[in-house]
Amino acid sequence: MADTPREPYVGRAMKRVEDPRLLQGIATYVDDLRLTGTLHAAFVRSPYAHARITRISTAAAKAAPGVVGVFVASDVNQACGIVPCAADMPNLKNPQHRALADGRVYFVGHAVAVVIARDAYTARDAALLVDVDYEPLPVVTDPEAAIKPGSPLTHPDLGTNVAFEWSMSTGDDAELERLFKSADRVIRQRMVHQRLTPVAIEPRGCVASYHRGEQSLTLWTSTQIPHLVRTLLPGMIGVPENKIRIVTPEVGGGFGSKLNVYIEEALCSHLAMRLHAPVKWIETRRENMSATIHGRDQIGDYEVAVKNDGTLLAIKSRTIADIGSYPQLLTPAVPTLTGLMLTGCYKYKAMRMDVTGVYTNKMSTDAYRGAGRPEATYLIERMADIVANELRMDPIRFRQMNSPTSSDFPFATACGLSYDSGDYHAALAKARRLARWNELLDTRARARKDGKLFGVGVSTYVEICALGPSKAMSAGGWEWGCVRIEFSGKATVITGSTPHGQGQETSFAQIAADRLGLPIEDVVVLHGDTNVSHYGRDTYGSRATVLGGTAIVMCIDKILAKTRTLAAHLLEVKPGDLTFEGGRFSANGKSLGWEDLAPAAYVAKNIPPGFEPGLEASSFFEPENFTFPFGTHIAAVEIDRETGETRIVKYVAVDDCGPQINPLLVAGQVQGGIAHSIGQVLFERTVYDEQGQLITGELMDYPLPRAHDIPEYVLGSTVTPSPSNPMGIKGVGEAGTIGATPTIANAVMDALYPLGVRHLDLPLTPEKIWRAIHLGEDDRGGARIPEADRSAPRYTTADVGEGALEVGNV
Amino acid sequence: MISAPFDYHRPSSLAEALSLLARHGDDARVLAGGHSLVPAMKLRLAEPRVLVDLSRVAELRGISEKDGRIVIGAMTTHAELASSSFLAAKCPLLTETAPQIGDIQVRNKGTIGGSLAHADPAADWPPVALALDAEMEVAGPSGSRMIAAAGFFTDIMQTALRPGEVLRAIRVRPTGPSVAYVKTEQKASGFALCGVAVVVDRAANRVSVAITGIAATPFRASQVERALEGGPLTAERIGEAARVAAAGAQLLSDMHGSADYRAHLAQVNVRRAIVRASART
Ligand SMILES: Cc1cc2nc3c(=O)[nH]c(=O)nc-3n(C[C@H](O)[C@H](O)[C@H](O)COP(=O)(O)OP(=O)(O)OC[C@H]3O[C@@H](n4cnc5c(N)ncnc54)[C@H](O)[C@@H]3O)c2cc1C
Repeated sequence: MADTPREPYVGRAMKRVEDPRLLQGIATYVDDLRLTGTLHAAFVRSPYAHARITRISTAAAKAAPGVVGVFVASDVNQACGIVPCAADMPNLKNPQHRALADGRVYFVGHAVAVVIARDAYTARDAALLVDVDYEPLPVVTDPEAAIKPGSPLTHPDLGTNVAFEWSMSTGDDAELERLFKSADRVIRQRMVHQRLTPVAIEPRGCVASYHRGEQSLTLWTSTQIPHLVRTLLPGMIGVPENKIRIVTPEVGGGFGSKLNVYIEEALCSHLAMRLHAPVKWIETRRENMSATIHGRDQIGDYEVAVKNDGTLLAIKSRTIADIGSYPQLLTPAVPTLTGLMLTGCYKYKAMRMDVTGVYTNKMSTDAYRGAGRPEATYLIERMADIVANELRMDPIRFRQMNSPTSSDFPFATACGLSYDSGDYHAALAKARRLARWNELLDTRARARKDGKLFGVGVSTYVEICALGPSKAMSAGGWEWGCVRIEFSGKATVITGSTPHGQGQETSFAQIAADRLGLPIEDVVVLHGDTNVSHYGRDTYGSRATVLGGTAIVMCIDKILAKTRTLAAHLLEVKPGDLTFEGGRFSANGKSLGWEDLAPAAYVAKNIPPGFEPGLEASSFFEPENFTFPFGTHIAAVEIDRETGETRIVKYVAVDDCGPQINPLLVAGQVQGGIAHSIGQVLFERTVYDEQGQLITGELMDYPLPRAHDIPEYVLGSTVTPSPSNPMGIKGVGEAGTIGATPTIANAVMDALYPLGVRHLDLPLTPEKIWRAIHLGEDDRGGARIPEADRSAPRYTTADVGEGALEVGNV
Repeated sequence: MISAPFDYHRPSSLAEALSLLARHGDDARVLAGGHSLVPAMKLRLAEPRVLVDLSRVAELRGISEKDGRIVIGAMTTHAELASSSFLAAKCPLLTETAPQIGDIQVRNKGTIGGSLAHADPAADWPPVALALDAEMEVAGPSGSRMIAAAGFFTDIMQTALRPGEVLRAIRVRPTGPSVAYVKTEQKASGFALCGVAVVVDRAANRVSVAITGIAATPFRASQVERALEGGPLTAERIGEAARVAAAGAQLLSDMHGSADYRAHLAQVNVRRAIVRASART
């Protein structure tokens, strides 16, 4: 054991222990599992967005050699229950989402039948032999048209397309109205947050195996939430929770798309029980595009009340959220997160948000990286620019005057949240410095003089992470962990959060190794198997490191306290006389390390009275509050005036997620998040036509950002610890996506400002920009910036003060 | 199967390939790099019963020079074309275009013959073949024949190849350095939303311009060519000529680009390509 104290692991940019197996192709994904006797499932899916099923003929498929069975709604729906929606949404009209379409299909990709065969190829071939007659019904695709009287109905049985209506406000609407009346101006803008397809590189898939002797079920599934699946599956298939084991082997990306319980998981489980054989299903890319949840898809009308000196008073939003055909696990909760963060970084005095959730004949929307917060940040930060423009104020100065200073924290927002800690001005100043702001403005001035379209954009952001305190969550927001010092003195760390690419096998080992004084190689982190990791609330909402990491710290502290009594007993000193350093308890020149203490605790022949053998502890960490990471991003873009193509020439991100356990992992999260935003801002959108056909159903038509779309990033950070947990950490999994979308959009709009373009909705495709430039088209006839204002300088070079800076890793 | 079932043959000579094609008639398709055919089979847009894989037919591969013409075997991959120093010197339009196709995997497998025979309206090789006045050397049951590029692309994904025929090689004349390929990508697929190939023949004082991606077939922008005939290639004349780039074309229109936008891109890219080509001396 090392005698010289070593530099702590926490804070070091360490490569992931996960990487070698992932990069060498020797990691195990669901599709790599080979169980003897496995049967394979293939789905027959609806080609119509809305239709009555008049006949299903399965005879030809059943007769095909190698086919074991073909199942339709009447065969399985009773046994597979109802797909759960866990969001707290009073008055939600829920159309009872069952395993297979029963008599009607409600979206393209809706599963109508499942074929089970001895191999995957036969299953797919036989699926083509299932003959379904459809009688097409009127289709609902436009959520705004859907709530007008006389619209066709997505679910005729519900009698309405409105899934729910939800409002939140600062409390006193009279005060809100008074603020709007007293405002010098009310500035309005409508914005569309387009629908996006998550496109995890590994599609979904699962293998279910039923153990008849034990009457227990094991489900291997590519999910972010094995524990939630274990809690929810019993309600669907009737196997008790304590006889269900969920395993997530390697998961190749989720981004929220695997934060769900899907029909395929219930069906494979049920059929494995019924057919006495393991049943496997691997999603195709086309299924992934059409039958795995989509994200975003809100349309908002926003109104901001402001004084002429730039003071923000109040904000109102009327939002339509396109739910798609069914509520999935958290669908109705997503726009409520937009509501919670509606006031962003700003000292609004009052807010109100009214959301109408609308059913349409499309795939369900649900949480997608950022889940409601990217929508909030995008709208509030676009509004900040639009308002500043209209007041002819410098957008940076405008942001500074309206955001809290570091001494205002904890900061109570108009949305009723208490932001834990922050120094928004420091992050803004640092981003400006890293961007070489004044030079950037000179570059812009020169470019404009040369007739080029050059723009700079800024966005500050604050997000809500570490979801969350149980009082604010529908099913417990804690996280669980367990730490065991093995007989050998090595440590096994078990977490109930379920990393799937975020790297907690590394960062949790860093935390544990430091606290236990062990070399990091002696720490193993286990997760993703409910027989090993008994409890958990899994990974979403940038929660795993804050909550799961803290649970690990709590376990270690329990173990240290217990081990201290053992060491004192063995060294014949008082517990209080011992020091613990470098993994050793010492007193009077004598010391014991884990390799001494662990065997003593397990052999248990010489232990203090009342000492329980073993060195293991588990903990549930219940946070008091969310955490609120924040930052400032800056982008500069150049637009090809002729083609409308945007090139990002500079990108600076300053993110504050509190102290960083592993800066390399933080950078990876931020970089990936910005890439997601580049896709959303510049080209991604999920398109259904008027018949509800998914036009972007494959990667030939749905554009993902590629390496050559990604500019070089300058990443910096500030460090403002959160008081809500002992490590002071905040979470960073979604920050990039939340900060970057408005930043890039603001930069593009700045480039178009001299042409008088006030606002364009995402994605800002070359053609859309070209139309705005050459044909004067704005989205839905939005107002143009008055001629006289177009040459007014947006952004000034005046020094806004760098403030005192805690310089993080730049 | 993911595709419909099929039989698979891998002949080692052209003669064998031709006889397999003759034997199986309409049921058979040749397989080159598979980067267009296999995706179509996976989606069951194509369901050939017999595949004749040309990957082992050595005589269909490689780049050579014969009678003052450059001869490129149909099975030569995009990657081989991209890295040929011979072509960089003799026909640089080919080496400029090849790296703009797909990604590394696509270029390592996809072939120039497959691309031309597939005749995707957004593919990059067809306009290059048109601008170079290439000749397609075709082998069939009754011997060989030549098809001029101008008559090769007959409709969307249709060519002048007859059943049982194999595209054997592409023949082009060497050019000088005054060439360019300018492409705007369809963002998702990477194919051309509008691609323009230009060859400036200084000796003959002539410009060849071909456009892909905006119509059902790639085409020679003959109105542009005519507008430039005889005079110097000044920025002004080029700009003026480029205005008619899409004139008369039956424009494609979809969510990736409206007809208006494609027509506009054609003008911009034609101008840029001619300017770029004429600056290369
Ligand atoms: C992800 C991706 C991106 C791509 N991006 C681009 C791009 O940017 N630009 C672009 O131009 N292309 C692109 N392609 C298409 C690619 O270049 C293909 O390789 C090419 O179009 C077809 O060539 P192949 O050798 O793969 O032919 P195959 O797919 O094997 O065959 C295509 C068709 O041609 C026929 N055929 C093939 N060879 C012959 C022959 N010698 N004689 C007669 N018939 C023949 C086949 O029977 C088949 O009908 C892309 C493809 C993919 C998968």
